[in-house]
Amino acid sequence: MRWFPRRARAARPAGACERQGAALGGGLRSARQGGARALLLAAALCGIGPVAARAEPAPEAVRSFGAGREIVLRTTTDIDVMAPAIAQFLDSRPGLAIRYEQWGSNNLYDLTLAECASGQPGAGLVISSAVHHLVKLVNDGCAAPWVSAATAAVPDALTWRNEIWGITREPAVIVYNRALVPASEVPRSRFDLLDLLRPERTPYAGRVATYDIEASGLGFLFAFMDSQEATTFGALMEAFARTEAVATCCSAEIIEGVQRGHYLIAYNVLGSYAQTRAAEDPMLGIVAPSDYTLVLSRAAILPGRQADADAGALLDYLLGPEGQLVMARNRLVGLDPLDADPDDAEEAGRQVPIGLGLPLLLAMDRAKVAQFTARWRDAFGPGQP
Amino acid sequence: MSSIPKTEGPKSGGPKSGGPPAGDAGLRPTLSLTARLVAGLGALLLVGGVVLALAAFAYGRTAAREAFDRLLVGAANDIASTVAIRDGQPVVDLPASAFQLLALAPEDRVAYRISGPGDQLLTGYEGLPAPPEGGDTRFYDAEFMGEPARYILVSRRFAERSFSGQVDVVVGQTLRARNDLARDITGKALVVLAIGGLAVLLLAVLIVRGALGPLGRLAARLEARDPQDLTPLDGRIPREVLPMVVGLNGFMGRLDRQFGTMRRLISDTAHQLRNPVAALRAQADLAGQESDPERQRLLVGRIHARTKSLGHLLDQMLSRAMVVHRGDSARRALLDLRDVALEAVEADDPQLLAGGAAVALVIGEDPVMVRGDALSLTEAAKNLLSNALRHGRAPVVVGVGVGAEDGLARLWVEDAGPGPAEEVRAQLGDRFVAGAAQGSGLGLSIAGAVAEAFGGRLEMSGGHPFRMALVLEVAQ
Repeated sequence: MRWFPRRARAARPAGACERQGAALGGGLRSARQGGARALLLAAALCGIGPVAARAEPAPEAVRSFGAGREIVLRTTTDIDVMAPAIAQFLDSRPGLAIRYEQWGSNNLYDLTLAECASGQPGAGLVISSAVHHLVKLVNDGCAAPWVSAATAAVPDALTWRNEIWGITREPAVIVYNRALVPASEVPRSRFDLLDLLRPERTPYAGRVATYDIEASGLGFLFAFMDSQEATTFGALMEAFARTEAVATCCSAEIIEGVQRGHYLIAYNVLGSYAQTRAAEDPMLGIVAPSDYTLVLSRAAILPGRQADADAGALLDYLLGPEGQLVMARNRLVGLDPLDADPDDAEEAGRQVPIGLGLPLLLAMDRAKVAQFTARWRDAFGPGQP
Repeated sequence: MSSIPKTEGPKSGGPKSGGPPAGDAGLRPTLSLTARLVAGLGALLLVGGVVLALAAFAYGRTAAREAFDRLLVGAANDIASTVAIRDGQPVVDLPASAFQLLALAPEDRVAYRISGPGDQLLTGYEGLPAPPEGGDTRFYDAEFMGEPARYILVSRRFAERSFSGQVDVVVGQTLRARNDLARDITGKALVVLAIGGLAVLLLAVLIVRGALGPLGRLAARLEARDPQDLTPLDGRIPREVLPMVVGLNGFMGRLDRQFGTMRRLISDTAHQLRNPVAALRAQADLAGQESDPERQRLLVGRIHARTKSLGHLLDQMLSRAMVVHRGDSARRALLDLRDVALEAVEADDPQLLAGGAAVALVIGEDPVMVRGDALSLTEAAKNLLSNALRHGRAPVVVGVGVGAEDGLARLWVEDAGPGPAEEVRAQLGDRFVAGAAQGSGLGLSIAGAVAEAFGGRLEMSGGHPFRMALVLEVAQ
């Protein structure tokens, strides 16, 4: 199965930074410090997880579409990526307006949870790439059920209790710089990546980047799913630690770093952003790991006890063929493999969809998160002090 | 029993089955036996079905509860087994398998809480409902965030050098899957129950029809009968229907006897009248041809005497027909035999008393009660009396009493004569007696028929005096 046509498709540039923790910026160069262990323990005891830093909850960006009855849409997705779908939705529905709020995933979770506790949902529809957050919200009874033809068509693994639905299909990929990584060395799988990092004086030391899982809910989710999926992840962590890999925030910065040659390889980058960039920059290579490829479905919930009918209609539209087509143009939905460019030599591996359901609760357990973060920080050095 | 000659059948018109007999006007069909039985069985099945449905519902709930409780136990034990002591503190590493286990109830939310000594929260939800007091594994029902849920608490005790105490694992799950399973089990049980019930009902209809089949065959046999055929029904009859058939046979028997009576009346009449009428005709012929007025007058006198005796014969024959008819058809009333005797003696019969013979009446103080028809019995008594007056010798005594040995009621007539000859006695009481000139034997025949009709007999005994008695059972 081929995921990423190399040939560029016309697409508007997608804003690519998923700023998960608003206050956290900039990459953290890992430094192995002697006192890391003590800090780790402290972090574990305090339950520091992805929800490490708390800023004043405020949207990163807000835009209003249309005029009339207002649906509040809160999402972690950049406005520009979703705008075409929103515009098309409103085209056929005069009298409806959408207030689009773009949030960091941790803030979005905190806000929605707080509103759930107060019983006053502030949004009609919440869409997040940190799907474990939304699964937790569903488990806490913060989401309203919604049943329609569109929701019924969602595969079982991507829906739960008729309260949460996966609306996109985005793989976690490895991106690399074509100019700097010889074709023979392009890692097709995690094993290849491990092999690249194994030599004593590997040129890749310090030039592999991945998400900072403390700053990015999505980064945490990918890393956590890796740890659940295969033991490779343990070896990878060890290799990252040994070669002083870089943990940093934000898809955009990671991809830019690869484009500029600052990093040679970036691991676990959200495919939708990488593809958009690759469409503009032929130097950017993308690999869907052949051992397995995590596939994320951004999740949507209708917060509150009772679903807002307009928000439900928006959900139905996004799940329906029109919405899926528009989102596919913006690479939020992986197109049918037959659609892919035959020149594309990259292999796609076994796809492992991140199912929306009870097992994701594990990624929200504070003890588990503390342990996992501690282990991760053991490799990358302490996070934000 | 006699049967009507076949040749008479067609003349009277064969049975037209299908056309309802005139008697049907008063028959109103009620609910059929099949319908009654099926309705009863249906009601029984309905009640049983409701009971079984309740049982199925209870069973479904229990089965679902047990199935998903096991899931909870598995998940809680799974979690508890991952609790370890590190640096003197209990540490939980939640296993993914526990959540995968709980996800077997695909639509249910999960609550969990792991706490150390002093209820110190290690991980999970705060503010879950408190478990009841109890042992190391406890189930309880409580709410989870606005939805009913089932909880389990599993306690694990540690006795390590660095840590001694108890870690509690609480796992709860909402009830959707349980309720779905319970509904599913109940629903399937109800479907099976309904199908079974319908099948039983269907079988019941067939069985009831089979059981009531003999009735239909009986009716068909009756309908197919020649209307003149009054022979009793025979063959194998179900016990329950037997009384009806016996009643029917009795009814047909009476009908047959009445037919017989009428036929005998006709043939007797023909037989009895043939000779006297032939004699009359011969004498009338003679008288017509006789030219001597003296002889002609003699002949006319004879014709007159014959006509008188013929009239008497006719009276008796009619009387006998009447008596036999009543014997079969009249109600059997309770009556005193003394009244009958009195009636017979006091009957103003100029013919009988023409001779001026005195009749003595011997009756006791106590009533002698029998069952019968007063008119028939009186007629019989009169015939006995007239027989004695006619053929016996005075004095004639009429008496009523109860036999000392056999306890039977007797109405007797006694005369001083020797009684009839032995061979005549043997024939007495028959329909007509050859030796009884001028048809007088008919009187005894009547008495015999009456006695027989009421379950008694005619008894003759002795000579000088000769006694004839009507013997009947005493009514209780």
